[in-house]
Amino acid sequence: MSELKRTPLRDFHAAHGARLVDFAGWEMPVQYRSILEEHKAVRRTAGLFDVSHMGEVDVKGPQAGAFLNHLVTNDVAKLFPGRVLYSPMCYPTGGVVDDLLVYMRGAEDYFLCINAGNIDKDLAWIREQAARFDVAITDRCADYALLAVQGPNAATIVQSLTGAKLGLIRYYHFGEATVAGVHCLASRTGYTGEDGFELYHAASEAPALAAALLEAGKPHGLELAGLGARDSLRLEAGYPLYGHEITAEISPLTAGLGWTVKLDKGADFIGRTALADERARGGERKVVFFKTGDRRIVRADHPVLDAAGAVVGKVVSGTLSPILNEAIGSALVTAAAAKQPLQVDIRGTKLNLQLVKPPFVELKKTNA
Amino acid sequence: MSNIPADLRYAKSHEWLRAESDGTVTIGITDYAQNSLGDITYVQVPKVGASFKAGETFGVVESVKAASDLYMPVGGTVVAVNAVLESAPETVNRDAYGEGWMLKLKPADPAAAATLLDAVAYGEIAG
Repeated sequence: MSELKRTPLRDFHAAHGARLVDFAGWEMPVQYRSILEEHKAVRRTAGLFDVSHMGEVDVKGPQAGAFLNHLVTNDVAKLFPGRVLYSPMCYPTGGVVDDLLVYMRGAEDYFLCINAGNIDKDLAWIREQAARFDVAITDRCADYALLAVQGPNAATIVQSLTGAKLGLIRYYHFGEATVAGVHCLASRTGYTGEDGFELYHAASEAPALAAALLEAGKPHGLELAGLGARDSLRLEAGYPLYGHEITAEISPLTAGLGWTVKLDKGADFIGRTALADERARGGERKVVFFKTGDRRIVRADHPVLDAAGAVVGKVVSGTLSPILNEAIGSALVTAAAAKQPLQVDIRGTKLNLQLVKPPFVELKKTNA
Repeated sequence: MSNIPADLRYAKSHEWLRAESDGTVTIGITDYAQNSLGDITYVQVPKVGASFKAGETFGVVESVKAASDLYMPVGGTVVAVNAVLESAPETVNRDAYGEGWMLKLKPADPAAAATLLDAVAYGEIAG
């Protein structure tokens, strides 16, 4: 077994009582005090997450924009400097290589944020696709640390440590800011459904920035939050997680991310033919989100049954919503079954799945 | 360090047992078990009147992370269950040896409890 990778905040986590686990080859905090309490803090006040395991990639050159518009399904041409775009990146089959954020810094200067578990695969894929474009791809993963401050009090907390006017940075925009003396790319994005910032900064500065944010956040109810809460928050918000709602076998259309697939963006892109075909024909399967009205968690890989008890799919994500106090999840089912009553069998008890169009809870993320 | 009261008996599967003066035994899961599970979200206990042999599964405890079976440390008949856990399973996290008890049993063999681990022996497993 290979040694786990560590973020610059590994000792910070240990000193704050984190339970450290192997996440995609990284030694990461799954929780500090309680996943449920950390989740509630993010919805009600604020949470601080170390997500330095995420990968960063520079894409620069005369054809950077054209290349990225070929690489991803969403429309990169809509970007302008200071704007962020969420997009899947697909295989020719329409299956997903990864989902990522595209940051436009300048006409020939873009920056990507990719999933930790996909870094090696993504870099190889991106470089392979970039071969016929005038573009330079640079792995910046080791250079950056990433701290996310999320929740209704997040902006107040970050603002207390910077002279930059954060109010000018709207949702899915970014700017430069010196926060507690640390130069940051401050991105008004997140994976919780709440307002907040993701602060990209030099890895060596991470312990100082984390300590400053934690201290400044205390009067505002900020709590350290781990990957456990991050997962329940994203599922409650209805956001996909690579390897669950989207995979090499589950296209963004199947996953309900049709808004990120711009077939008519005026540029051919990888997966376009397959995705156009899926949209025209209608997919054979569909990701649905559900709640059960019961506290028993319906976990990933649990079979989903139709009314007659036949298996029509499987759960891909499941947790207890700390806000609704009931089990929530997502499942990949046949398109026909998605219109019929669905159920699961939990240790002999049949539970009906109540299909929900996410988010499961009211979100306050937009300040626009 | 987990909390392991000296006056209780323990099973290797992390249940505790307390002999009561009326001849029943009270059963729950240990502090070590609740801490390992993390936030407990659901506790399934049997109905009053159900009978179990030692080592049989009597219920399930679920946390955000996992679902784990619960095992009877001794055989007997259930005489009471903790109804609080249905709506407040987190009580087990808060007070594993007190308000977080799971059930009371009339043991088939009153001497069986003495065959379980004492606090020192359990501490070697769950230190």
